[in-house]
Amino acid sequence: MTQPALAVHGLSKRFGSLVVAQAIELDLARGARTGLIGPNGAGKTTLVNLLTGTLRADAGTIMLDGRPIDALTPEARVRRGIVRTHQINTLLDETTVCDNVAIAVAERDGIAWRLLRFARRWRACIDEARSRLAELGIAHAVERRVSELPYGEQRLLEIAIALALRPRVLLLDEPAAGVPSLEAHAIHAALDRLPGDISVLMIEHDMDLVFRFAREIVVLAQGRVLARGSPAEIAADRQVRAVYLGRSAS
Amino acid sequence: MTALSESGLRRLWHGLPWALALLVYFTGGGYLGLGTHALVMILFALSLDLALGQAGIITMGHAAFFGIGAYAAGIFASHLSADPLLGLAAATLAASLFGLLSGAFILHTAGVTLMMLTLAVSALLAEFANQAHGLTGGDDGLQLGRMAPLLGLFGFDLWGKTAYLYALAVLFLWSLAAWRIMRSPFGRSLDGIRQNPRRMRAIGTPVWRRLVVAYGLSAAMAGSAGALEAQTTRSVGLGALSVLTSGTVLVMLVLGGTRRSYGAFLGATVYVVVQDFAAEIDPFRWMFVIGLLLMAVVLIFENGLTGLGDAARRALAGLPRRSGRP
Repeated sequence: MTQPALAVHGLSKRFGSLVVAQAIELDLARGARTGLIGPNGAGKTTLVNLLTGTLRADAGTIMLDGRPIDALTPEARVRRGIVRTHQINTLLDETTVCDNVAIAVAERDGIAWRLLRFARRWRACIDEARSRLAELGIAHAVERRVSELPYGEQRLLEIAIALALRPRVLLLDEPAAGVPSLEAHAIHAALDRLPGDISVLMIEHDMDLVFRFAREIVVLAQGRVLARGSPAEIAADRQVRAVYLGRSAS
Repeated sequence: MTALSESGLRRLWHGLPWALALLVYFTGGGYLGLGTHALVMILFALSLDLALGQAGIITMGHAAFFGIGAYAAGIFASHLSADPLLGLAAATLAASLFGLLSGAFILHTAGVTLMMLTLAVSALLAEFANQAHGLTGGDDGLQLGRMAPLLGLFGFDLWGKTAYLYALAVLFLWSLAAWRIMRSPFGRSLDGIRQNPRRMRAIGTPVWRRLVVAYGLSAAMAGSAGALEAQTTRSVGLGALSVLTSGTVLVMLVLGGTRRSYGAFLGATVYVVVQDFAAEIDPFRWMFVIGLLLMAVVLIFENGLTGLGDAARRALAGLPRRSGRP
C-alpha cells in the first residue's frame, strides 16, 4: 500500500557485448537507508548514472513516487527530486562556499532565470545557504573559496548542496572516500542527521561505514543484484562473502 | 565612518571611467571620432565578456553579431528609416535573434568544437554578405545616408559630438544592464556553468537553455555595438563580419581582463589608443606593438590590465586597512 519513493524494475544496460546492468530490481521506501555495495566493476556507478539519467537504460523503468521518469533529462530528474553527490570533486572552486549552496537554492526555487528584481530573493537564498552550512558545522567557512577548503569540508559542502535541493531520493556516491579519518567523523555525523523523510542510497567501499549507516544492503555483482537484506543477513551471506573473498584473493 | 568613506570611494571609482569619457568629449577635439570608435569597441568587448568571460562560451566568431548589427542598421537606414534609435533597436533585435538561433544549434557543444562552430557560423555569414550584393553591397559595403536627428532634437554634426554622446549613452545603458546581469542569479548560474557544467546539471540547471539565452543577450549587445559603428561612421564593410574582428575584440577583452567591471573598458580603450599611436608612427607594423603589449600583459598580470589595478589597490589599501583593524 505504501508506495516506494523510488522503484526500479528490470533495468538493463549493455555496452556492446558487456552487460553492465541486468534486470535490476530495486525499491527504496520513504526514509530508506540503503547501502549499495559490490566489487569494482559490479555496475554501481552505472546504476547511479541510470538513475540520474546520465545514461539511458536499454530496458526497464524507474518510478519516482509512482511516476515514471525514464524520459526525463538529468536536470529534470534533479528538479523532480533525484539528487546525487559526486565521488570526485565537482564543486565551483572559484565561488564562495556560501554561493555554491545559494546557487543551488536559487535553482531549486526557479529564480535562477531572474535578471531583474532579484535582490530580496537572492538574499533569501544566501540566508538559507548560511543556515544549511551552519547545520553541517561549516559556518566558519561560508565566505571562503571552495579551493581553500580542506577536503573533508568540501565533502560536507557537497552534502549541503544536495540537501539544499530538497531531494526525495538522495544518491550518495562514496561520501567519505579519501577523507582523512580525523575529518571523517564530521561526515558520519552529517549522514546520521540526514532528514528522515529522504530516501538514501549510499554507494560505498568502506564496509564499516555501510554497515553503520544502512538498514538494508543491496549487493551488486556483474550488473545484477546478487543479494539484498539487512546488514546482518548480508554479513552472513556466503555468496556475498565469496564475491568479496574471491576478489581479495586474486 | 570608515564604511561610509569606503563606499564613497567605491562610488567615486565607478564614476571615474564615465567622468573620463565626458572629459574626452570636452577636450577630445579631433579625436572624438576615435573616441566614438573606442566606445563602440568597449560595448563589443563587454558583450564578449558576457558570453566568454561569464558563461565560458568559447567563441571565435563574435563578429557575426557585430556585423549583423552593423548591416541591419545600414539596411534599415537605407530602406526604412533614418531614425538612429529605431535602427539601433532593429539591429539589436536582429543580432539577438540570430544569436538565439545559432546558439540553439551550436551550444550543445563545448571547447574546441564550439570554437570551430562559432568560427564557421561567422565565416558563412561573411561569405553570405559578400555574395548578397543587392542587400549588402558585397565588397563595396554600404554607405549610410544622413541619420535623422537623435530623438528629433540632436543632429549628427560634422565633428562627431552627437555621435560620441550617443555612443556613450548607449554604452552606459548596456553597462548598467551587463552589471546587473552578472550579479543576478542568472549571471551567477552562468558563472557556475563556466566553471563546471556538470555541477550545474547536478543541481538541476538546464545548461543549454541558459547558455542560449546568455548568447542571445550577448549577441544583442554586440549587435548594438555594430549598429553604433555603422551609424556613427555612416558605412558598413565586410570587415565588420571578419574573423579578424572576432580576434580583435577577443584581444581587447583579454588585454583588459575578463569578468571585471571595467576590463572591457580598459582593454578596448588601450587597444584603440595604442593602435592609433603606433599606426601613426609606423602604419605597417602597429600590430607588432599590440602583440608585444598583449604578451606582456598576459604573462605578467593575472587578469589583464585590471589585474594591475588590483595589485596596486591591494598594495595601497593593505597597510591602512591592517592598522585600522587591530
